[in-house]
Amino acid sequence: MKLISELIFPLIAVLAAFVVGGILVLIVGDSPIQTYKLLLGSALSWPDGIGYTLFNATPLIFTGLAVLVGFRCGLFNIGCEGQLYVAAFATAWVGITYASLSAWLLLPLCFLAAVFAGALWAAIPGVLKARFGSHEVINTIMLNFIAVALVGYFTQYHYRIPGDPIMQTSTIGPGAHIARLGKFVPGLPERIPLNLAFVFALIACVLVYLFLWRTKWGYEIRATGSNPTAAEYGGISIRKQIVLAMAVSGALAGMVGINEVLGYRYRYYDGFSAHYGFFGIAVALLGRNHPVGVLLSALLFGMLIRGGIFVDAFTNNITKDLVDVLQGVIILFVAAEAFFRGPISRYGLLRRSKV
Amino acid sequence: MLELRNITKRFGEVLANDQINIKVEAGTIHAIVGENGAGKSTAMRIAYGFYTADSGEILIDNQVCQIATPHDAIARGVGMVHQHFMLVAPMTVAENIVLGAEPGSQVSLDLAKAASEIRKLSEEFKLAVDPNAVVENLSVGQQQRVELLKALYRHAQLLILDEPTAVLTPQEVEEFFAILRRMRQQGKTVVIITHKLSEVLAISDEVTVMRDGRVVGRLQTKETNAAELARLMVGREVLLRVDKPEAKIGATKLKVSDLSVTTKDGSSRVDKVSFEVRAGEIVGIAGVEGNGQTELIEALSGLVESSQISGAIKFEGKDITRLGARLRRELGIAHIPEDRHRRGLLLEFDLAENSILGVHYRKPVVAYAGDIFLDNAAIRRRANEIIEAFDVRPANPDLPARSLSGGNQQKLIIGREFDLHPKLLLVSQPTRGVDIGAIEFIHRKLVALRDAGCAVLLVSAELEEVTSLSDRLLIIHKGRIVGEVDPKTATNEEIGLMMTGGH
Repeated sequence: MKLISELIFPLIAVLAAFVVGGILVLIVGDSPIQTYKLLLGSALSWPDGIGYTLFNATPLIFTGLAVLVGFRCGLFNIGCEGQLYVAAFATAWVGITYASLSAWLLLPLCFLAAVFAGALWAAIPGVLKARFGSHEVINTIMLNFIAVALVGYFTQYHYRIPGDPIMQTSTIGPGAHIARLGKFVPGLPERIPLNLAFVFALIACVLVYLFLWRTKWGYEIRATGSNPTAAEYGGISIRKQIVLAMAVSGALAGMVGINEVLGYRYRYYDGFSAHYGFFGIAVALLGRNHPVGVLLSALLFGMLIRGGIFVDAFTNNITKDLVDVLQGVIILFVAAEAFFRGPISRYGLLRRSKV
Repeated sequence: MLELRNITKRFGEVLANDQINIKVEAGTIHAIVGENGAGKSTAMRIAYGFYTADSGEILIDNQVCQIATPHDAIARGVGMVHQHFMLVAPMTVAENIVLGAEPGSQVSLDLAKAASEIRKLSEEFKLAVDPNAVVENLSVGQQQRVELLKALYRHAQLLILDEPTAVLTPQEVEEFFAILRRMRQQGKTVVIITHKLSEVLAISDEVTVMRDGRVVGRLQTKETNAAELARLMVGREVLLRVDKPEAKIGATKLKVSDLSVTTKDGSSRVDKVSFEVRAGEIVGIAGVEGNGQTELIEALSGLVESSQISGAIKFEGKDITRLGARLRRELGIAHIPEDRHRRGLLLEFDLAENSILGVHYRKPVVAYAGDIFLDNAAIRRRANEIIEAFDVRPANPDLPARSLSGGNQQKLIIGREFDLHPKLLLVSQPTRGVDIGAIEFIHRKLVALRDAGCAVLLVSAELEEVTSLSDRLLIIHKGRIVGEVDPKTATNEEIGLMMTGGH
């Protein structure tokens, strides 16, 4: 029952967004049914559709989880974008600098580099908030600019192969590569970049759930997010929780770098993120700040990204922009959840037990 | 004057008013008593047009009338003063009073005329309110009189007062009652909603008792007494006096020397306070709210940053002035906070999770892998024990704390803190917003804890509560302890005078 009540509002939001999107399709002069058929069909075809959908969903699972952990502590981490850039560059740097190490050593090092770089970058606004009370929203946004500029600088002036017209570093050592899933899944070609990072993302969902709801540390983070003055009364140091939650959040955002660098391009490619950090906010919101919800909504967004390309190519009037509009409308409807809650609970479909 | 006939009102599945009949005679003071959630405020809000009844009718001066909005009520001469004042702080008294009923033409505002009218009303009822004073500079008692004036200015013949004495000191209550009596003399009718039985007996002519949305009794005040009213309210016999054996006093547990607390911006809240609390005694602190009680208790429980504290706090001879809340709790200091929503509970968390706040990091509620995981079975066991021992209803550890009534939330907090088996209990406003039945229960538990050898420091704004529970009573005024009295012999007047700074 609880699961249903948690799922129903996001589902309604998604359906409503599809209806609005359908009307837009009609206005521009295409058939909504054909368009949606194309959208879903191309996102769910085997192996390419599903492969790319899952690949697209992977970074969104990480950033969605990152935003979720912040939210649960009452923090709004808008800095995932910066954190994942720093982390991706750090993991590439380790992969390039120690390229000759064996996989047994290099892979864990690269992995840790991504996690720690993300955690550290996110801990900065955490410390600033805990120590000086400066707002994390402002500081994480500012650190996004700094991160992007910083890694851009290093790529441009220190790690680009001379003469390469593309803003990217040289490649990481082969020991740092993680396997593509095509290697294990029959019928899935290895050219599809879906890699082990997707499995890590699934594991991360489980670990985040265990951490937040089953450990004493998670209890302290959630207590701080739910009522900081009561948490303080319960002997919980709010400052510590703020720094901890930001660091965990940043570590999760940083794992995007594993997917991107170790599993996909095997180098740092400047400007790789298609706003994964910001999409993470929408993913967490639509997923109602729960790991299961984050997983489901990341998959939905992964589908939209994949399907959008085909809708763009194979319809007469619609461009990829329509898919962006659809995503925007979903977010709007999720944000307007209270708007749905009213009428639906009034008609007795869902009555919240009040004792 | 006012009659509610067969009024029924539902909120969702909750039947707030069930076929109630209330009749208020003109020129009387009529008390409506009942526990929280008995439906008394709902009934009066229906009379004032805030809510519309599902069925039933309202009669004013024996005429059935439609009261759909407060505007209709005001037009019929009904005024209401709410528990929380609705005043605009930076505006003057006159400006506040005319708000919504501005005199003069559509564009000009004749404040001078209003002020003189207000002055006349104020003199008529001896309210001593200056129409040109700014509201934020007035005391709470004066602000309440501004609210009264607001209703009188709109020619109210019937005034409904919702828990009017909750915010007043004992002296202010006396003055306020004198005003009500004068209003009755001038032919006004007053309906007073309250849960304090002593006040019902002191001020009213008639009483309507409500329980669970029904009217369970209508009595002449002269012909009833507190015990009967309490029985009607609760539905069973209630012990109004706290039975308390002689204190068996042991060693000093808490010793506070020259403790001062300042706020972050440097203003002094607690000023060189020194006292002791010994095992087996309840030391009460009486005072008008906002005289440093909150800061004192929070400093003792470790919730104030040490940079804001000077002086020394010793527990069992050990200096704990610089210890944080967690370490103090581990030493055996429990704390029942004054504001259960702000400090005491995680409202979105369920009862089981709330039952471990403060001990969530140690045995027995953690287990596995170096004690980092919460042991759900142990947590539920603990929650169920507390729920059972403290009669928390509904007895379901999976419900969010938000869904419980105030009294049950309070019982959960008290149970959680008692479960620490404290050596020192800091307790603030233990029965605020709690029903009579639960008050009796909480009082008995506090006395039992004291008899088990715990040192108890009790802060309460209810004078009756501190005097009946305490073995010694300290009086606080402007952050200073201005005196100590024996609660068995001291009179309310004596204590009240000290509370307001007179000696």
